[in-house]
Amino acid sequence: MELQRTKWKAFYEGLIEWIIRICGISAVIFVFAIFIFVFWEGKGLLFSENFSVWELLTSEKWDPTHEPASFGAARIILGTFSVAILAMTIAVPFSLGGAIFISEFCGTRLKEILKVVIELLAAIPSVVWGFIGLTIMSILIRDLGSTTGLSVLNGAIILALMSMPIILSISEDALNAVPDSYREAAIGLGVTRWQMVYRVLLPGAKKGLLAAVLLGMGRVVGETMAVLMATGHALNNPFDSTFPFFHALTEVKTLTATIASEMGEVERGGDHWQVLFLIGVLLFTITFIVNMTAHFVVHGVKRK
Amino acid sequence: MNSIKIKGLTAIVSGLLVIGCGKRDGGEGDGQTTNIQNKGSDTMLQLAQAWSEMYAKKNPDVRVAVSGGGSGTGIAGIINGVVDIANCSRAMKPGEAEKAKEAHGVEASQFIMGLDCLAVYVHKDNPLEKITIEQLGQIFGEDGTITKWSQLGVDPPEGKDEIVRLSRQSNSGTYVYFKETVIPEGKSFKPGSLDMHGSKEVVELTAKTPGAIGYSGMGYATDEVKMLLVAKKDGEKAFAPNNENALSGDYPIARPLFMYTLGKPKPHVKAYLDWCLSPEGQKVVEATGYVPAPKK
Repeated sequence: MELQRTKWKAFYEGLIEWIIRICGISAVIFVFAIFIFVFWEGKGLLFSENFSVWELLTSEKWDPTHEPASFGAARIILGTFSVAILAMTIAVPFSLGGAIFISEFCGTRLKEILKVVIELLAAIPSVVWGFIGLTIMSILIRDLGSTTGLSVLNGAIILALMSMPIILSISEDALNAVPDSYREAAIGLGVTRWQMVYRVLLPGAKKGLLAAVLLGMGRVVGETMAVLMATGHALNNPFDSTFPFFHALTEVKTLTATIASEMGEVERGGDHWQVLFLIGVLLFTITFIVNMTAHFVVHGVKRK
Repeated sequence: MNSIKIKGLTAIVSGLLVIGCGKRDGGEGDGQTTNIQNKGSDTMLQLAQAWSEMYAKKNPDVRVAVSGGGSGTGIAGIINGVVDIANCSRAMKPGEAEKAKEAHGVEASQFIMGLDCLAVYVHKDNPLEKITIEQLGQIFGEDGTITKWSQLGVDPPEGKDEIVRLSRQSNSGTYVYFKETVIPEGKSFKPGSLDMHGSKEVVELTAKTPGAIGYSGMGYATDEVKMLLVAKKDGEKAFAPNNENALSGDYPIARPLFMYTLGKPKPHVKAYLDWCLSPEGQKVVEATGYVPAPKK
């Protein structure tokens, strides 16, 4: 009896261990399966003679239904990056400032209220954000001199608002994870609160803050619906040689919006279909590079 | 994106429903209920649904399951053999026709079910009344020279002289038809137009943007926008988008709406198509904002 129970226990333990192991591996399997599927759908075009990756990355001519078709996504790539970078420029200072305020400067009561409100902000669906961009933001931005109000700036502001809850709450966790003894030591040395934040907390929470920013970046690059509605979806290059070199009021196309908008009516299995999957591969690669960079930067910080 | 998801979901759900129904009351040769799978163009979705509902009232033993997803999706259904009738707001591409033949050994048959009259929309305060196909080509086409309202002899609306071009995503049937009819041969659209995701979106943005010009089916008109009269050439008479002008061929941008079947349609499918083309079915076409098919 005693022996049987231990046997059963051992089997049970082993089973649970395997289930957990499968759960752990499944994430990796899913990622690879998705990558392989997306790549497989686009591979016919990738290796065909009349297509070059160089053209996809550098040509400005995107005209997939014309005869002969041209698949140059340079403007779409620039559009994606311009919106993402401007969004991060807006979101990062506000989120980090907000996180520092919530974790270090405000009272317990206000802290609770602010945290709930920020979580609410994260719960708003992206179509609703897109709708705000399309109707309210566009009217405000039109006053800045844009004809339609749909632009890089509009998309960037919307995306900044969407990514802020993520960056803010993860940054706040990172700041909270800095041991209180650091704070006490700093205050014991007679520094001001600001000096403590700047010289002790920020370096201490560096890794977590970076992770927060990169997760926010991931959300910004991958967002579809809101940018489709707010950026105007036009094949323009927001950069040129006249001052100020970057024009935030131009309408642009992004990689995600292009896939979403063109996939519906495309000839299944045709060149256009395949090039849309290749754009998916490109998006995948971009997020992969962002994450790898994060990984190496964090590792570098750790070694120090 | 979300609308695509919803449409996809509707397609799946209606598909499942049909499978369910088939199992319950389809039976082997008991002749109770026949199912017709009808899928494709979003432009034609409303029309196809209206037909299906009317037909169900008259013939309770035939069920037509309609779903959207886009012209390409409908054709793909024909190629994979899971759809009886594909709705298509553009003609089948040679590549698609080949694939259908390869897969089933028969060619697809084409039926013209009605006409969609494309209107050229501008903001309601825009003083412009008419436009020629050539001017449209210069506005929308690659290397076209018209970029300012003043070039059309119109005072800039709200002081903004630049023409804002509203177009559609590059594989919508509307986009393809507009390109074939308006843009000079061999050329493409001028880059930098705002490519909207639906006919309704084009009209909505035109209503909000004083300097905008866009194209969409005439069924989408609202009080906030103005439809321009369109002339074939400079100096010729310009016509308004309406049924008479589309049928007579005077209005230059009206496109056919197609239905495709694999090979010759089966008897029950043929009966349905014949009914859609009958005077009763064509009344539905008019009621949903399209133009009845020209009589042979």
